[in-house]
Amino acid sequence: MAIDPIAARGDLRLTRITKSYGDFKAVDDLTLTIPKGSFFALLGPSGCGKTTTLRMVAGLEEPTVGSIHLGDTDITTTRPYQRPINTVFQNYALFPHLTIFENIAFGLRRRGVKDVKEQVDKVLNLIELPHLAERKPTQLSGGQQQRIALARAIVNRPALLLLDEPLGALDLKLRRQMQIELKWIQREVGLTFVHVTHDQEEAMTMADTIAVMNEGKIEQMGSPADLYDDPETAFVANFLGQSNLIKGKIDGNDGDNLVIDLFGQKISMPKSRSHAIDSSLYAGIRPEKFRISRTGSAVRGNILTGGRIEDVSYIGVSTQYVVAMPWGQELMVFEQNDDGVPPFNKGEEVIISWEPNFTFGLRGDEDIEAGTEVNPDEISE
Amino acid sequence: MTLPKVPVPYLLLLPGFAFLFTFFILPIINLAQTSTQTAIVGGDTGQYEQSFAFSNYINAFLENKEQFGRSFIYASLATVFALAIAYPLAYAIAFKSGKYKNILLVLVVAPFFTSFLLRTVAWKQILGEEGFLVPTLRSLNLMGEQTTITSTSIAVVAGMTYNFLPFMTLPLYASLERIDPRTIEASGDLYANAITTFRKVTVPLSMPGVVAGTLLTFIPAAGDYVNAAILGSPNTKMIGNVIESRYFKIVDYPTAAALSFTLMVAILILVTLYIRKAGTDELV
Repeated sequence: MAIDPIAARGDLRLTRITKSYGDFKAVDDLTLTIPKGSFFALLGPSGCGKTTTLRMVAGLEEPTVGSIHLGDTDITTTRPYQRPINTVFQNYALFPHLTIFENIAFGLRRRGVKDVKEQVDKVLNLIELPHLAERKPTQLSGGQQQRIALARAIVNRPALLLLDEPLGALDLKLRRQMQIELKWIQREVGLTFVHVTHDQEEAMTMADTIAVMNEGKIEQMGSPADLYDDPETAFVANFLGQSNLIKGKIDGNDGDNLVIDLFGQKISMPKSRSHAIDSSLYAGIRPEKFRISRTGSAVRGNILTGGRIEDVSYIGVSTQYVVAMPWGQELMVFEQNDDGVPPFNKGEEVIISWEPNFTFGLRGDEDIEAGTEVNPDEISE
Repeated sequence: MTLPKVPVPYLLLLPGFAFLFTFFILPIINLAQTSTQTAIVGGDTGQYEQSFAFSNYINAFLENKEQFGRSFIYASLATVFALAIAYPLAYAIAFKSGKYKNILLVLVVAPFFTSFLLRTVAWKQILGEEGFLVPTLRSLNLMGEQTTITSTSIAVVAGMTYNFLPFMTLPLYASLERIDPRTIEASGDLYANAITTFRKVTVPLSMPGVVAGTLLTFIPAAGDYVNAAILGSPNTKMIGNVIESRYFKIVDYPTAAALSFTLMVAILILVTLYIRKAGTDELV
């Protein structure tokens, strides 16, 4: 029996979605618009609700409250097989009893498409595995299975392609390669991709827009550069890369800048980059934005004195320092090995400086550990 | 000093091989010898000598064609009914039982806690005149002339279906349970509704269980004589009953042996054809 999925196309809109399991809210009052044609990533640690969100979009779960629209069509309660949405499942979920060809043809046959062979061959060529058509999934490597799972979904040209931790089962090298390939395929086929991952590097490499999720809510949404450059919460600051967060107080204004008091030392930062709600705040600086200088040398920008090198790790392209500050905090500093200056030694007294524009300000009542204790290798949900 | 290298796999096979040799190969050879013997002229009852009388096979088969046919028909029916009952049962246990899964599995196996004979005798009670079934069917006007269901083909097939049900259910459960629920979800994601998903994904993936379950039911059912002896009548005799009476009552060892061999070969051929057709090697 052939099934015609609804013909809806357009932006995906989630409106005030909540999904409860007993008292536990896996997704909590989530509102989100994913523009047509974008590569969108839902990024968050295990249990943050990203997979549940994806499953609701696929139709495998129904929201407790809220609605899901695709274009102008309400698909909140539409059966999965009627949605013009396809999923690349975690661990691929290929049909073990069917050949690769029949796996890819499955959706086309269900919809009663005429030129099945032509379309399957075309997508097999796109993923560069035409020679595997007659094999069974178990005879394929993980990377090949991953591509077949992708082909099985995109051959249907869905309005929306969902990817649930698609690269989680691959080794690091293959994952890097597939990240680039997925991005390329998305541009090639021009579909909307919604990608769920706990791997911030994966999200940043591929997505145009990332929504960082935590405890069923969206912490912040934006382009990878915006999120990295100007995180609004400690969770985002720590989950996306590393951050130095220093407790401080807003001490006054200087034009478009704020003057911040960090344990008695004054720095400045643009007002627009402060997300504090009162005078207490955390000043955030990414480790690679810091510069280290020997005490007494001339430096520009914001300056913190009294640091002492606590630890030195030579990484090759950079050297990573741990610098102990007078108030007891240890700061991470990444220095490019490009200036010919000999590395600093453990125990040396140094000053730390950076461009004021690189500073971001977080609310003073934040938990600065949020988002740090996440094992990046754990598989979500 | 290094010990000579002993091929470990062969050592591991040794106990099993010794057991099978003593209790399977030797008796089979013995059975083969017996099957072509003829009675000693002027000898006592039960005294036979080897005379390579292969005509024993033809005679034994021609005399018992009817029982052979009946055995395979009954066994096939019992297998089909058992499959029809066990598939939904195994499906429910595998996918829908939640925390009751283990309890339900124990219940499937529970009949084995009582003896096979006892359970079959109990069915005689259920199907008999004094059981609850006959009066119920009669009051519903579903019974014709007869006063009892025992001594009928229905009783024998029902008894076999019941007795072999766990052998059908367990392999089915095992193969259904192994199905990755994500493949079911993937099928729905790829535009297959529940019925199509069942036909195109669930059933093919459970085929190893279907093949194992039907074999485990059909093979013992074809050779069974207990159900026919307890629940049947002379008109429902199966080949197992003939072998039993030839051996123990008439003391006609050669015919019993020839019938046993014929049954064995017939089952072997059927099973081979079946496995060829079901194509188990294609399955995972």
